[in-house]
Amino acid sequence: MSRASRQKVQSMTIARWRFALAVLLLAVLMAALLWHVALLQVVPGEDKGFEFLQGQGDARTVRTEIIPAHRGVITDRNGEPLAVSTPVVSLWANPSELKSDAVEVAALAEALGVSEIGLRKKLKRYQGKEFVYLKRNMPPQKAENILANRWAGVYGRTEYQRFYPAGEVTAHIVGFTNIDERGQEGIELAYNDWLMGHSGSKRVLKDLKGRVIKDDGQLKAPEAGKDIHLSIDLRLQYLAYRELKQAVAEHQASSGSLVMLDVKTGEVLAMVNQPSYNPNDRTGIKVSALRNRAITDQFEPGSTMKPLTVLAALESGRYHPHTMIDTSPGYIRVGKKTLLDPVNYGVIDLTKVITKSSQVGISKVALDMEPDVVRNMFFRLGLGQGTGVGFPGEGVGVLPSRSRWTDIERANFAFGYGMSVTALQLAQAYGVVANYGVKKPVSLLRLGGDSKDEVQLDDLGEQVVTRKISHEVVDMLKTVLGPGGTGRKAQIEAYPAAGKTGTVHKVGKEGYVYNRYRSVFAGMAPANDPRVVIVVDIEDPSSGKYHGGEVAAPVFSKVAEGALRLMHVPPEVTAADKEKVATEQRTIQEPLS
Amino acid sequence: MSRVSDFQRRMPEASRDLRRPVGLWQRWHIDVPLLLGLLTLTIFGLIVLYSASGEDFHYVQRQSVFMVLAYGVMFTTAQFRTHTMEFWAPWIYGLGVILLVLVLVMGVGAKGAQRWLSLGVIRFQPSEVLKLGMPLILSAYLAHRILPPSFKHVFVALILIGLPALLIMKQPDLGTSILIAASGLFVLFFAGLRWAYIMSAVGIVVASAWPIWMFVLHGYQKQRILTMLNPEADKLGAGWNIIQSKTAIGSGGLYGKGWLNGTQSQLDFLPESHTDFIIAVLAEEFGLVGVLVLLALYAWIIGCGLRIAMNAQNTFGRLLAGSITFTFFVYVFVNIGMVSGLLPVVGVPLPLVSHGGTSIVTLMMGFGILMAISTERRRVGFG
Repeated sequence: MSRASRQKVQSMTIARWRFALAVLLLAVLMAALLWHVALLQVVPGEDKGFEFLQGQGDARTVRTEIIPAHRGVITDRNGEPLAVSTPVVSLWANPSELKSDAVEVAALAEALGVSEIGLRKKLKRYQGKEFVYLKRNMPPQKAENILANRWAGVYGRTEYQRFYPAGEVTAHIVGFTNIDERGQEGIELAYNDWLMGHSGSKRVLKDLKGRVIKDDGQLKAPEAGKDIHLSIDLRLQYLAYRELKQAVAEHQASSGSLVMLDVKTGEVLAMVNQPSYNPNDRTGIKVSALRNRAITDQFEPGSTMKPLTVLAALESGRYHPHTMIDTSPGYIRVGKKTLLDPVNYGVIDLTKVITKSSQVGISKVALDMEPDVVRNMFFRLGLGQGTGVGFPGEGVGVLPSRSRWTDIERANFAFGYGMSVTALQLAQAYGVVANYGVKKPVSLLRLGGDSKDEVQLDDLGEQVVTRKISHEVVDMLKTVLGPGGTGRKAQIEAYPAAGKTGTVHKVGKEGYVYNRYRSVFAGMAPANDPRVVIVVDIEDPSSGKYHGGEVAAPVFSKVAEGALRLMHVPPEVTAADKEKVATEQRTIQEPLS
Repeated sequence: MSRVSDFQRRMPEASRDLRRPVGLWQRWHIDVPLLLGLLTLTIFGLIVLYSASGEDFHYVQRQSVFMVLAYGVMFTTAQFRTHTMEFWAPWIYGLGVILLVLVLVMGVGAKGAQRWLSLGVIRFQPSEVLKLGMPLILSAYLAHRILPPSFKHVFVALILIGLPALLIMKQPDLGTSILIAASGLFVLFFAGLRWAYIMSAVGIVVASAWPIWMFVLHGYQKQRILTMLNPEADKLGAGWNIIQSKTAIGSGGLYGKGWLNGTQSQLDFLPESHTDFIIAVLAEEFGLVGVLVLLALYAWIIGCGLRIAMNAQNTFGRLLAGSITFTFFVYVFVNIGMVSGLLPVVGVPLPLVSHGGTSIVTLMMGFGILMAISTERRRVGFG
């Protein structure tokens, strides 16, 4: 064998040996690689194990999106919608995807109806972000027209917007929600959780640019909010609103409220205020217009308290409706003050004190009784405490309790000064009288419906004064609307009514202002079996007339009449009708004589 | 040496060849196990590519065209005799070096590096020529020297290796440079390079690690090594690729998320998902099982390569086949190691799976050479 071939054989063996070594090395490296990958994929570890990496993978792409829940509808007692949620589309953009060329931004701005410069600024400010609202709550059709252009990075998402069909008429009760559909005022605020429901959620996959790639299914179905049926009757509400608005305008008053309660149940049938606002377009509204004055504003009730003082007097047993009281000489000195009647009524009975609204008469009655009796009666009727209506910002009034009463304090109390009430409290107190002594909690929610969701308060009620004396006070109140009474303008055609006027001096910076008033009328109808109690309160009428009988009483008359007709209460012949019939008969007879 | 003894020594093999007639595959110079391995791998690769490209059929189509072309090149290459290759080796090597010089002078850049040569319509990476040119020239040079090679021959071989490696490093393309140098060094190793040389080379590399770090490596290269060691240091910048790919691999789990369902890759989080980082897509969608299948396919192909090298009829073939096979393994290892965070990020595609035309053609040409070596007629016996 030659040297060369020996070399060759040797080199072959060397090579074989090296091959084996190299293959071993190769196998080791391959195994290392596999081990490394397996480590990443299937070996659990503290924070770098595969679970961690799988979590990381999901964290990049899996997002939970909210499915908005439909907010509950607010209706009146007959199911008329007062607040409904309508689907709207909010347009938003992903600025990192949006093309920044001038033509497209200009076209987008035009489609949105916004200024191009403004849009450009907005997009610049949100540069590098992934979300910016372009325009919220657009009508779906309009939004779809814009989306149809398929501009890169422009998206729409469905939301709900609250719409209030009755607008300013129910604005104060219903309130409103903010842009995210959370209650801000009124029932919307008070019952926000009830109405809101629970939004659902769904899993989506998003890519690097934040685009939704895949809907991965619903995690939780949205739970629609529950509806609320208010106690108010939209027809009565409209009627009350119209009349109050007209009266406030006619008498150039600064504000006004009207509350109508169902005597038998304590439900609020109507509650309106002036000034009001349009909850569907709240641009430029004054904060003062937002107040539901009937519930929040407290005022001195004045003469409307006199029948309640009389209630206390009757209960004491020392008075009956025809107890004679000497009011001459038409004034009385109490402490350092002199209380005046317009004229000297002379000796009149207790009923006449109410009919004529005699300061002297009622003061004498109050001073004749134990100091706390009148105050306690007011309290039992619900003054100085919450009405149970559960409305945000409810005023409870001021009903001072004293250990020592001066005479003038006692007299003032008797005719409604030195204390304050809300229109709703006043209506509740009159409701007790109208309901023959049974006090009902006031409710803004419809009672006694079939649904389980609705409150059953039918048999809640408390006899706080006797039926007999309530009857007697109602009878006295009838005379206020009769001949010689202060509230004749509150008379209703076809229905007898009862009530009391109040004309209260407004409180200014330096005590009572003598030429500014609050006109109040609290009444009930029909008087023989009252169904509704209405309180009308008109503040600062400045067109000349200011007396409760002149300003507030006519509103009561119109609203009560319309309400009773709408409630299908059978008409009765009243004193006014008789008078009218008599006049007509005279007219007929005259040509004959 | 007598004719008889020579005849006797070779007789067993010759008689085996005589007993078995030359088959159809043999005649067409096709190594069937290797071909099956390649076909399975490339089809699997196309399936992964479809997903990795974001279900873009265009990429798959393009890749398929290149595949067909590459198989054509492979078959053609397989028809050449090793002797012819040996003859052409210096020319191919020389052409490659010239082209590399041209790239430095008038190359076209991409991403801060000058690696391309524009030949009218097609753009061409000259380093591809050296991927085969390097093992060819070294095998040709060493096959006719006395082995193990003497110091002089090792020195010449090192110059042959170092020249193109430096030129490519200059582009700069450190990854390719190292791979090409490695393909040359493998030849030296299989030629029986003395252990003393190997040990001293390892010693020099270790000793020069610090000077290389300080003076040779570019800023971005250092950054890549630092990133590999601690990708969390710059999550959104340099570490992004590696964090995303590790997340993709890890979130695949044992069985994966299913084809086309990998969130990392489908939703654009994974960069370069259809080229260098395609293994991450595979790992995410097919899990550890998928990775095992892939590695098994590679192992099969490498096994075929080693078998061919062992059975090669001459030293040239053996050295060449060994070098090509090991270089192929290095590609696989570097790519998977890089994507899984074991090695720094160097731009090495996953062979035969990543999208990219020229690298596939070069690789298949390499397999063509393997087939040529494998099916070479036992010329000596029938001389």
